[in-house]
Amino acid sequence: MHDTKPEITISFGPCLPIAAMGLLLSGCVGRQSALAPAGHDAEQISNLFWVMTAGVSIIWALVLGTALAATLGLFKNPTRLTPNILIVGGGVVFPTVILGILLIFGLRLLPNWQSEPDRLQIHVHGEQWWWRVAYRAPDQIEPVISANEIHLPAGQAVEFVLTSADVIHSFWIPSIGGKLDMIPGRTTRLLLEATRPGVYRGVCAEYCGTSHAKMAFAVVVHEPKEFNAWLEDRTSDPNIGTDDPGRKIFLSSGCAACHRIRGLTEIGSVGPDLSHIGSRRTIGAGIAENTPKNLARWITDPAQMKPAVQMPAYRALPPEDIAAIARFLSNLN
Amino acid sequence: MKNEMAHRHGPDQDDPWIRAAQEARLSKAWETPGGWRYWSSVNNSEVGIWYIVTAFGFMLFAGVLGLLIRTQLAVPDNEFLSAETYNQVFTLHGTAMMFLFAVPIFEAVAILILPALLGTRDLPFPRLSAFGYWCFLIGGVFVCGSIFFNAAPSGGWFMYPPLTTKQGGIGADIWLLGLSFIEVASIAAAVELIVGVLKCRPPGMHINLTPLYGWYVLIVGGMILFAFPPLIAGDFLFEMERAFDWPFFDPERGGDPLLWQHLFWIFGHPEVYIIFLPSIALLAMIVPTFAGRPIAGYSWIVLSALGTGFLSFGLWVHHMFATGLPSISLGFFSAASEAVAIPTGIQIFVFIATLMLGKVVRSVPMLFALGALAIFVAGGLTGVMVAVAPFDFQAHDSYFIVAHLHYTLFGGMLFPLVAGIYYYYPLMTGYMMSRRLGVWAFWLMFAGFNICFLPMHLTGMLGMPRRVFTYPGDLGWNTLNLVSTIGAFVFAAGFLVFVFDALRPKSHAEKASRNPWKAGTVEWALELPPGAWGARTIPHIESRYPAWDDHSFMRRYDEGRFYLPDAEEGRREALVTSVLDAQPVQCMRVAGPTWITLATALCLAGVFIFATYHWWTATFISGLLTLCSIVYWLWTGTGEHPEKDEKAIGMGMTAPLYISGPRATGWWAMFITMTGDLTAFLGLIFGYFFFWTVHDQFPPPDIDGPGWTWPLAAGLLLCGSWVLTYGARLWNARGDMLLFRMALLAAVLLALAGIGALVMGPLAHRMDPTAHAYPAIVWALVLWTGAHAAAGVIMQLYCLAASFAGRLTPKYDTDIWNVALYWHFMAFTAFATTLVIGGFPLVS
Repeated sequence: MHDTKPEITISFGPCLPIAAMGLLLSGCVGRQSALAPAGHDAEQISNLFWVMTAGVSIIWALVLGTALAATLGLFKNPTRLTPNILIVGGGVVFPTVILGILLIFGLRLLPNWQSEPDRLQIHVHGEQWWWRVAYRAPDQIEPVISANEIHLPAGQAVEFVLTSADVIHSFWIPSIGGKLDMIPGRTTRLLLEATRPGVYRGVCAEYCGTSHAKMAFAVVVHEPKEFNAWLEDRTSDPNIGTDDPGRKIFLSSGCAACHRIRGLTEIGSVGPDLSHIGSRRTIGAGIAENTPKNLARWITDPAQMKPAVQMPAYRALPPEDIAAIARFLSNLN
Repeated sequence: MKNEMAHRHGPDQDDPWIRAAQEARLSKAWETPGGWRYWSSVNNSEVGIWYIVTAFGFMLFAGVLGLLIRTQLAVPDNEFLSAETYNQVFTLHGTAMMFLFAVPIFEAVAILILPALLGTRDLPFPRLSAFGYWCFLIGGVFVCGSIFFNAAPSGGWFMYPPLTTKQGGIGADIWLLGLSFIEVASIAAAVELIVGVLKCRPPGMHINLTPLYGWYVLIVGGMILFAFPPLIAGDFLFEMERAFDWPFFDPERGGDPLLWQHLFWIFGHPEVYIIFLPSIALLAMIVPTFAGRPIAGYSWIVLSALGTGFLSFGLWVHHMFATGLPSISLGFFSAASEAVAIPTGIQIFVFIATLMLGKVVRSVPMLFALGALAIFVAGGLTGVMVAVAPFDFQAHDSYFIVAHLHYTLFGGMLFPLVAGIYYYYPLMTGYMMSRRLGVWAFWLMFAGFNICFLPMHLTGMLGMPRRVFTYPGDLGWNTLNLVSTIGAFVFAAGFLVFVFDALRPKSHAEKASRNPWKAGTVEWALELPPGAWGARTIPHIESRYPAWDDHSFMRRYDEGRFYLPDAEEGRREALVTSVLDAQPVQCMRVAGPTWITLATALCLAGVFIFATYHWWTATFISGLLTLCSIVYWLWTGTGEHPEKDEKAIGMGMTAPLYISGPRATGWWAMFITMTGDLTAFLGLIFGYFFFWTVHDQFPPPDIDGPGWTWPLAAGLLLCGSWVLTYGARLWNARGDMLLFRMALLAAVLLALAGIGALVMGPLAHRMDPTAHAYPAIVWALVLWTGAHAAAGVIMQLYCLAASFAGRLTPKYDTDIWNVALYWHFMAFTAFATTLVIGGFPLVS
């Protein structure tokens, strides 16, 4: 990471080189930036981007320089051959060579892999507007069910199996790699390898309806050992406070009709799994920090935070009951 | 046609009194109607202006939507617009800019200036232009107006199912039907323009002397013909799914959402070039003028424009790089997408070479042209970047793409267009636009554009996806978005300066002198302000820049020493010439003011608008009224028997007043229309085989097909009808009226029986189109073919009636020529449909 503060250069005119400097300086801001790579693909594509940006800036300056010089009459006494040289050289030879090199370079980065049985598989199922997540390690029988947060081991390739419940979504973690669509009726597969532990942010990249903008998720990259421990922990039930008042209200208010909490209620599967929700970083599919206050806000009126969301509002519940549910959920980990 | 002494001048042209009388007669014939009858005009100079003003009106509307988008995104977590409103706004912004501005403005400008560029007085089918205009106006108001009732489409301008098939309300239907209606207008204009360039060039203008703008119109017209029909086919399938639950895109019942993406982008990518090439065409007229010399590399630019047109049909998959395609497809379409940079580059270097060889005069059009170059080259280069599939995995659907596409559209379309408006403004109005305001407009627009869109490349790389109504404030996008918003408003200010300059009262404006830019092309021979008749005389062309190459050209033009300097019979006339070498083949009488165009457009609007609300009775009645008005239009307004066989057209030549068959414009229009129609049909066939590729077994073994007997019978009957129609034309030409009428009658009966047999296939096998995509696509093909056969029957009956009425005779046989041509295409459609639905299940 750079120590410099992010700085954006406002430039008048398409001065790509200046923009490139702005890009360079701001490379460190994002948890969601394709230019602050924390994954194998993202690194390669980011390098490709910088090389292409440099090349494109030079070509732009050359073409515009020539055009400007031609307009100002700086070419003294062009011969009859000059236009042909310009048209053939600039229009045919030069682009053919450059594009040929670019293709050879670029297309080597195309996905080229087969499924391997000893790889961690993460099945992500897009729904309007959240993510169902299931982990299946090679030796694991029961998948670990979760939602709206993805944990990854650093330095290991993970196979994402992508499907959709309703409309087309697109699974994108800019810091780790490129995106891939989730298409109803199809299964798409994406291989990603995170390289740098940290917390990142993924989003839905394909317009998927009213709250497309509110369909995100947190991505947590661990050291491999840490990850294994985390996954191991997730195979067991969460700690559920037996005398927690929120637990009773959760069950009596009908929350369980849609939400599953391992070891407590296994009926609901319409909404996100809440088994370890207390340990998640965000709620509402990556749209708000996971605090009891935000949880209470969400339960009271989710549509206010995420327009057209399917979950009904629980304004009818007394605020103290909602606060109790929120506290109960916050402790699930 | 006699071709004696082509250059003998009629002596009368020396007499100024005779010339004045000619001008008076021309003026009377071409007079624009006054008062409320003004709206019954069909002449290109009125329709062209309406078209341009309307397209710019929609552009301003869509531009305001763009400003709303930028206002909402100025700061994070903004609540200026609700999510639902924002989604309608961005959908309509893209839809209106693409369908109501970018494509129509090409047609608008071309309708306005093409006749002048070809030295003629009007396009071959003025009423078709007017009809297209009214469709465009009504459809556009319908689509745009929906947002004021909170009913606008909100599925994105690309309308991907299943999002858009699941949406309730009528937004998606407004998009599908409203835009289909406008696409009819687009195709009508394309037919008009193609025939215009091919058949209405002035005598002597061999195809290699055609002004570059004409070439581009030809190429783009052809592209519209092959690009829009797949979308119309897609719209048809889509609306059948929405209205009647035929599951073309529903994976639960054998459909596939990706079919729509293919059909949409087979249209959508060429569309980018359909927008881009006409604007480059304007630059191809402007650059030589201000360089003061002919274009350097005429053949280069024509061939590379053709190359761009061809290649643009092989790139559509690059919009689908993130759908999980196999690497081999990604590689192929990456390479094809890169390849299109080559012909595009050639066109740019031709301009640079022209500038280099000339001595450039500074002017507002040149300023916009250079600005366009700066922006477009940047957009083209980022296009080269996103064509590399792996990079696109990151850039796709991010703000990088938003930046890229706006660079290509502003640089490749808007700036050249504004340059073109500044350039041609004097020709159309007789006034100059202000140089001072022009420079202001340019710098505000240029700076505003770059301030708005340059930062978006970075916003996208920092991970901001497209089509989000808001974003969190902690991802480093805030400053960038605010800067973009400021830029958008600066641009808007610049654009308003331009609009003000164009529309302001002209009392203080500078009057344009004749040929104010000292151009060499023929359109600048017009007097300014131009008379209603357009060209004083239709010139004989021997060079690409007659005003530069031939010093007596202007004088001879003014003295009416070329073709048709008079309107002896008080009729609107223009010349039809042969396709390659532009020999005069006909003196064509073109139509004058009429209300039938508006009436027909209103009836057709009823069909589309009522269907949106599923008011089927009203839809049906409107359809019937549309049919009646078209028949009335044809019966009263076409196939006129002239009062004499031929007339003197000037320069010692005579030309026939009536021709039919492949030499006539009507035949060409039918041919071109049917080519487009065939493309739409092939879109449906593509759908059938697309399902075959995505299913393990297609047709599915558990669903009954239409069998082979009924389709075979249908194919034979319809082909029989075709043979008889063709025979009827020959018998008519031979004067055997009895045989002619018998054959036509038999053809009608065979066609009706054929339609019956066609429907019986799926009907007898109880194929339920809502059960699975297979019966649905079979029914779609049957419906398409059956409807076309029904239209063919109406045409056969029309010819029969015309024969009995004495309108269709061995001498005046245009109608049967064109109907026989229709049936050639019909026969192919019937053959392909029956072969696919009846034959394919036997071999798959």
